[in-house]
Amino acid sequence: MTVVTRSISSVSGQALRGARTGIPVVAPAKRQWSVLVWFSYFWIGLVVFLAIFASVLPIAPIDAVVGPPRQPPQLGSLDTLLGTDGTGRSLLSRLIYGGQVSLVVGTVSAAGGVLVGTILGLLAGYFRGRVDWIVTLAADVLLSFPALVLLLAITSIFSPSVPTLLIGLALTSTPTFIRLARANTMAWSSREFVRAARNMGASDTRIVLREILPNVVPTIAAYLPLVVAALIVAEGSLSFLGLGVPPPTPSWGGMINAGAAEMRTSPYLVFVPATVLFLTVFALNQAGEHLRLRFDRTLRD
Amino acid sequence: MWSDILRRGGYALLVILLVTIGVQALMALAPGSVAEVILGEAATPEAVAAMNAELGFDRPFFVQYFDWLFSALQGDLGTSPITHIPVTEAIMQRLPVTLELAVLALSIALLVAIPLAVLSATFPNSGLDRGINAVTSAFLSIPAFVAGPVLVFFFAVTMKTLPALGWTPIEEGLGPNLRGAILPALAVALTEIAAFHRVLRADLIGTLREDYVAAARAKGMTGTYVLFRHAFRPSSFSLLTISGLSLARLIGGTIIVEALFVLPGIGQLISSSIIQRDVVTVQGVVAFIAVGFVVINMLVDVGYGAIDPRVRRGPRARKAPVAAKARTTQGKAVSA
Repeated sequence: MTVVTRSISSVSGQALRGARTGIPVVAPAKRQWSVLVWFSYFWIGLVVFLAIFASVLPIAPIDAVVGPPRQPPQLGSLDTLLGTDGTGRSLLSRLIYGGQVSLVVGTVSAAGGVLVGTILGLLAGYFRGRVDWIVTLAADVLLSFPALVLLLAITSIFSPSVPTLLIGLALTSTPTFIRLARANTMAWSSREFVRAARNMGASDTRIVLREILPNVVPTIAAYLPLVVAALIVAEGSLSFLGLGVPPPTPSWGGMINAGAAEMRTSPYLVFVPATVLFLTVFALNQAGEHLRLRFDRTLRD
Repeated sequence: MWSDILRRGGYALLVILLVTIGVQALMALAPGSVAEVILGEAATPEAVAAMNAELGFDRPFFVQYFDWLFSALQGDLGTSPITHIPVTEAIMQRLPVTLELAVLALSIALLVAIPLAVLSATFPNSGLDRGINAVTSAFLSIPAFVAGPVLVFFFAVTMKTLPALGWTPIEEGLGPNLRGAILPALAVALTEIAAFHRVLRADLIGTLREDYVAAARAKGMTGTYVLFRHAFRPSSFSLLTISGLSLARLIGGTIIVEALFVLPGIGQLISSSIIQRDVVTVQGVVAFIAVGFVVINMLVDVGYGAIDPRVRRGPRARKAPVAAKARTTQGKAVSA
C-alpha cells in the first residue's frame, strides 16, 4: 500500500496558474490556526507525552491481568477505563505502550530515511549530470516496489523484529526524501546568493553545506509529520498481518488484528485502538499539511 | 513525441531490469534455502545440498538471474517447488480478483471525489470547502486495516446486509460478486479520495480563473454550464494521471483487505507464499507487480501528452511546463 505520504499528492502547482491572467488573485489574509490544527498539535503532544512517561504513569504493566476479559470501557479504575482485552489486560496501558512502539518506529525510520534521502538528494540536485541520473534511477527502482510488498518481503526474509522493521521502513521512505531534497536543492542552486558564494571562491562542499542545506532543511522537516504518519500506518499494516512488531510487545495494528477476530461479541476491541490510530494519523497529517504550506518553497515558486 | 516515448521506454526497461535483480538479490540474502523448507528441519546437509543442486539454487547468482530472466521473457516465471503450480498460472488465476477490486475501488473514489471537488471549487475557501477538506483529510487517515473491520462491523455484523468475507466469482452472477467485493473495495478506496479531491479542486480553481471562463460568464452563460462544458475537461488531466498511478498502486495494495476478507487475489498469493517461504513464487509475483507498476507509470506519462492537445503540440505549448511540474510532484507522492 503506498504508503508513504499519500497526502503529498495533493501538491499541485496549478493553483497558482491563473495568477497572471483573468481574475486577479489576492493573497488571503493570514488565517488563525483552525480548531483542527490546534487539536492536532494537542493530540500529538498528548501521545508523545504519554509514550515518554509510560513507565512512570500509574498504569498497569502490559502483561498484567487487571480484570475479567473483554470488559467494555467504563469509568472508575484507570486500568479498565478503555476496557480489557481477550485475556483481561488493560487496553489503556497496552495502547500507551503500543504508542511508544509506533512513535519510536515511525520517527526513527523516518530519521533514517531523511538522513540518507537528504544526502543523496542534495548531491543529485547540486551536481546534476551523472550523479543525478544514478540517484534518480535508484529512487525510481525503490518506488516501483509497492511499499507493503517490499516490507513484507524484507520482514519475512529477515524474520520480523524491530530492527528489520526499522530498516524496511527507512528504505521505503528514502525515495520520497530523495525527490524532495533534489527538487528543493535545484530550486535553491539557481539563486543569486549561491552564485555569489561560488564567485567568492567557495568550495562545493561549503556551498552545499552552508548555503543550500540550511534552506532545504525546513521543507524536509515540514514533510516529516506526513512521512511519520505514513510509516505508522505501514507499521500498523504489517502488525495487522502479523509480520510487524513481534508479540508480546503491544502494537496498534496488532491490537486491531486481535480485536477483529472478536468483532461480533466485543466491537470496542477494534474501535478503541482504531480510534487512537486514526486520531494520531489524522493529527500528524494535519500538522504536516500546516507546516508544509508554511515551509515548502516548491509550492510557491 | 516518438523519441520521447522511446527514451521513456528504455528507461522503464532499465528500471524493470534493476527491480528484478533487486528481488533476486533480496531472495538470495534470505537465510536458509528452499530445499531446507521442503525437506524440513530434520534433513541432512547432504540431502539439502542435493535438492538445491536439483532445483538449480546452487548456481552463481547471475547465472540463476539470467536463467530466470530468459524464461520470464517467454512468460515462464518458474514453478513453485512447494505447491508445484507454475507461478504464471497462479498469477493469472488470481489477477482478475485483484484487478476487479482495484478498478472498483478507483471508481468509488472517483465517484465520491469528483462531486466533492466540484463543490469545493465552486465555493473556494468557504465553510463548505473547508468542511469537505476536513472530511477528505479524515478519510486519508483511515488505513485499510482500520476501515476494513469497522465496515465489517456496520454492514456485516450490525446490518447484516453484506457478507463479511468470501469471494463469489463473477461467472456466478454480477450481484453476488459485487456484494462480496464492495466492502473490501470501499476499505481501500477511502484513502484515495483525498488526493483526487485536492488535485481536481486545485485544477478547477485554476481553470475557473482563466480568461476564457470569464469571457463565457460575460456572455451570460450560467455557472453550471461554464463549469461542466468549459472548465471541467481541461481541469481533469492531472486527475487522470493520478488515477492511473493510483490504479497501479492499488494492484499491489490490496494485500490487507485480501487477508481480512479472505479473497483469492494476488495479495493473498504474496502473503501465503511469503509465509511458506516459497522463494520462486515471491520472486515471480513481486517482479510481476513491479513491472506492472512501471508499465502503468510509463503509460500514464506518455498518455498525458496523448490526452491533452496542449501538451502534444510540443514543448513550447502554453500549459506544458505547468503540466510537467504537476506530473512530477504528483508522481513523486503517489508512487511513494
